[in-house]
Amino acid sequence: MEYLIIIISAVFVSNIVLAQFLGICPFLGVSKKISTAVGMTAAVVFVMALATLVTYLMFFYLLKPNNLDYLTTITFILVIASLVQMVEIILKKISPPLYQALGIFLPLITTNCAVLGVALMVLNPTRDYNLAEALVFTVASAIGFGLALIIFAGIRERLELQGVPKGLQGVPIALITAGILSLAFMGFAGLV
Amino acid sequence: MNQWKNFTKGFLKENPILVLVLGTCPTLAVTSSAINGLGMGMATTFVLLMSNVIIASIKNFIPSSVRIPAFIVVIASFVTIVDLVMQAYTPDLYNSLGIFIPLIVVNCIVLGRAEAFASKQNVASSAIDGIGMGLGFAFALTILGAVREILGAGSIFNYKFINPDADGILVFVLAPGAFFGLGFMIALVNMINSKK
Repeated sequence: MEYLIIIISAVFVSNIVLAQFLGICPFLGVSKKISTAVGMTAAVVFVMALATLVTYLMFFYLLKPNNLDYLTTITFILVIASLVQMVEIILKKISPPLYQALGIFLPLITTNCAVLGVALMVLNPTRDYNLAEALVFTVASAIGFGLALIIFAGIRERLELQGVPKGLQGVPIALITAGILSLAFMGFAGLV
Repeated sequence: MNQWKNFTKGFLKENPILVLVLGTCPTLAVTSSAINGLGMGMATTFVLLMSNVIIASIKNFIPSSVRIPAFIVVIASFVTIVDLVMQAYTPDLYNSLGIFIPLIVVNCIVLGRAEAFASKQNVASSAIDGIGMGLGFAFALTILGAVREILGAGSIFNYKFINPDADGILVFVLAPGAFFGLGFMIALVNMINSKK
């Protein structure tokens, strides 16, 4: 039951893109087609789960016991950057088809602030997550990112065919669409 | 290079948010009031200035294959400094900006300027570029924060100018208002830039 509450709240109520504003760059960048949105989602779920697993263990077994909390930002970003690089190399060797599908999205993920954001969020003392809860929260957040991204890509595919006023074309109309989507997601606010 | 032009390009012509559309995450997240926008802008300006200066001065010692991780370490160090300083001296601002202070590390503007400018130019030009870009970022953030605060709460820099019992248009201080506000601001800048 606790896990279910974590999942619903991370996917719908406080969606990382539409309510917390994490990962807006890929949200605007790779949302022109549904197929690329799906590929990006898969890559993000994979990398985020792995990143949180490593950073969580590092924080509680390495940084915290040695009073090195202030190094959190530096270590986390280095861990994430090298992790992404490693995943890319390993995937290339082990599973070429998967690499073909996710490959182009992997370098983009290092600069996805959602990965670092979620890794930092699970450490928040008010959440008090254990490792399992942290992982459930991470995967649910990544799925929330994917859900928002795929819905948004669907809307943008339709939007391509509409006559948008000249000044609003491109980024502005995308942001306003995202605003309406965010308004819709606010309807979930009372759920949990 | 003309240093004055180098300084002012960050405000309108190459404004990181309004023209290049970089660093949208902190822009949308922290601009629920003008003071938050200004605080975030100043923190980012400091990181931009310091990382540009350091990277411009050590660029000849960094092998080009490991330059990105090296830049990230430099940036992350200054972000940590900002984080600790703000925690000590401006606890209110620190709490309302929350997770977005450590996230300055992944703000594309900072790494983008390091890679595109500071790794090629001398220290003085890089410092001016850092300040100009940072202030351009702070400028856009403060304006967006002010617009959202005026519409959403009827106040500006926490000074309330409408009837204290009245509410503003609440949606503008909530998440959707950030998207609407930034969308219309970019549209406006597009129009101004296309007229020239």
